[in-house]
Amino acid sequence: LSRIGDELYLEPTENGLSLRAINSSRSAFASFLFAPLFFQRYEAGGPQPDTELFRCKVLMKSFLGVFRSLPSLEKTVEKCLILLKPQLSRLVVQLQCKYSVTKTHNLTFQECERLQAVFDTQQCASSLRAPAQMLAEAVVHFPLTLAEVTLRVDPGGKISLRNYVEDDAEPSKTMVTELWLAKDEFEAVAAVPDSHITFCLKEFRGLLSFAEASNLPLSIYYDAPGRPVVFTLDDTVLEVNLVLATLSDPESTSQRPTSNGVSHLPAPSDDFTDDLESYMIAMETSAYEESSRDPPTPTFPLCTPNPPDSDPEEEEEEEEGGAVPGTPPHKKFRSLFFGSVLTPGGPNPAPTQEVLAEDSDGEY
Amino acid sequence: MRFRAKIVDLACLNHFSRVINTIAKLARICTLRLTVSKLYFILSDKVANGGVGMWCELNQGNFFDEFQMEGVAAEHNEIYLELVPENLSRALKTAQNAKAVKMKLTNKHCPCLRVAVELPSLSSSSRIVTHDIPVGVIPRRLWNDFKEPSVPDFDVSIYLPVLKTMKSIVERMKNLSNSIMIEANLNGEMNLKVETDLVCVTTHFKDLGNPSWALEDGCQSSQDRDPETMAEARIDIRKLQQLLAGQQVNPTKALCNIVSKRIVHFILLHEDVSLQYFIPALT
Repeated sequence: LSRIGDELYLEPTENGLSLRAINSSRSAFASFLFAPLFFQRYEAGGPQPDTELFRCKVLMKSFLGVFRSLPSLEKTVEKCLILLKPQLSRLVVQLQCKYSVTKTHNLTFQECERLQAVFDTQQCASSLRAPAQMLAEAVVHFPLTLAEVTLRVDPGGKISLRNYVEDDAEPSKTMVTELWLAKDEFEAVAAVPDSHITFCLKEFRGLLSFAEASNLPLSIYYDAPGRPVVFTLDDTVLEVNLVLATLSDPESTSQRPTSNGVSHLPAPSDDFTDDLESYMIAMETSAYEESSRDPPTPTFPLCTPNPPDSDPEEEEEEEEGGAVPGTPPHKKFRSLFFGSVLTPGGPNPAPTQEVLAEDSDGEY
Repeated sequence: MRFRAKIVDLACLNHFSRVINTIAKLARICTLRLTVSKLYFILSDKVANGGVGMWCELNQGNFFDEFQMEGVAAEHNEIYLELVPENLSRALKTAQNAKAVKMKLTNKHCPCLRVAVELPSLSSSSRIVTHDIPVGVIPRRLWNDFKEPSVPDFDVSIYLPVLKTMKSIVERMKNLSNSIMIEANLNGEMNLKVETDLVCVTTHFKDLGNPSWALEDGCQSSQDRDPETMAEARIDIRKLQQLLAGQQVNPTKALCNIVSKRIVHFILLHEDVSLQYFIPALT
């Protein structure tokens, strides 16, 4: 949760204790619900049965500070008691350790409204479920600095992950990494063919390491680009949800995908012909020093993604006023179109945006 | 113009990755020259690089199980590409236990070196990761810029001390100054010297040994030289540190040639890779 937001929202409910966090641009939300069974003793409400259950939020840093060193905690702590004292405005976390040592941490909290992202996994068109370890092995191929990744299911049903390259980055300078996963590596696949979704890798990695550590399968639910993607982990005593906003593309998904479809090849085979002959001819005959091509950058109207909608009753917490809620910061919502091939000077005419750079390999 | 290569043997793959990692540490962008029998990583000593030059040569047969190359034309059966070695290094990083790694030159949206890594997986089919590394194709008329640099007319040639030792010394000296003085003589002595206003630190190495070079005209240029006289050059310490830090394996032979006040030419030889690195003297 600390990888998502700076504040930890605690919400005791009848069903258990819910810990939640949201990031500053409101494009990522996560909740961990611990069922009463998880605890030795769980009392949601106060002495009077009808009082509204108390919610609060604390600074993530303070809360984490209590549980700072996991190995030493495991060795010394026998019991951990978490207690809300509204009258004193304190959240008490008490660690009862060996040798009758008791460490009591009093954290200040702030009252808050209910933090809830509205999502319904049942309504999502596509879903996948995979063992966490398999997904962890998959994302290891992408650099840690990578912001966004696109999960794609091609028309044939093959599933792939690819790093997302922003449109204003020059395609001729950016390395593209793509990974194909076989259907049988997943526990369940119910995905719409020819669908894709682009989300932020950083927050996903956080959930993934938790899932790996607890050895739980991860379920992915997504819909159309722009609609949030939901990742869930399910256990008898724990339910985890991570909701991320996704990039939308202006091209409707009913259209055949553009050059992305061409560049997503099935596993490369050995027989192909390179297209470099014509390219070299172009280079020799034209006056270009280097192989620089500026693909015509498509300008599509900006689209905002649909953020995880907040609970209508919730008062929007005061975040940065100007930002559109749920917009991942500094993103332009352009299509995943990559632009085309040679500059107008060469033998090939400058393609329009609709013309696909035909794959000379003939594999697709 | 085509290029296709495949590595299946894990040891070769790891060895190749190590070479690429070393190159990546030395140059942000460099030229890859492919011939039928060899690969070359070249950094030409342009002012933009700070005058540093690099020439790394590999025998393709020692690394690749399959290697097919067709150059630009029959009489010029070579390919020159410009690439960012860090990209290649990253692509190979997670291929540690791959079943096979294939490389090929493609031109879909732009010329790319496509590295396809086939990884073992629990399912029936292997997992395939592809990395499309954008490359620049260098036209034939510019090939002259990338000729192999000739061995300079050096004053002293000497074997280097154990690289690990040299590296840790240079790293510490880096904190003191931006330039380091290398001096060596034909008696197998070398000094590394750093000087600031407050302090002067010198490390002395002895008994390093001097390689003998047979020149084309059959005589050794340094025969008349007094063995005690030091040839010296002051170079940018960061470049030296980069070179030493990039070495992941101990070379079979490591030596340097010093042209007094002009340039230091480092030669690091492994079984199947040779690396030459030129660091100009600071004016």
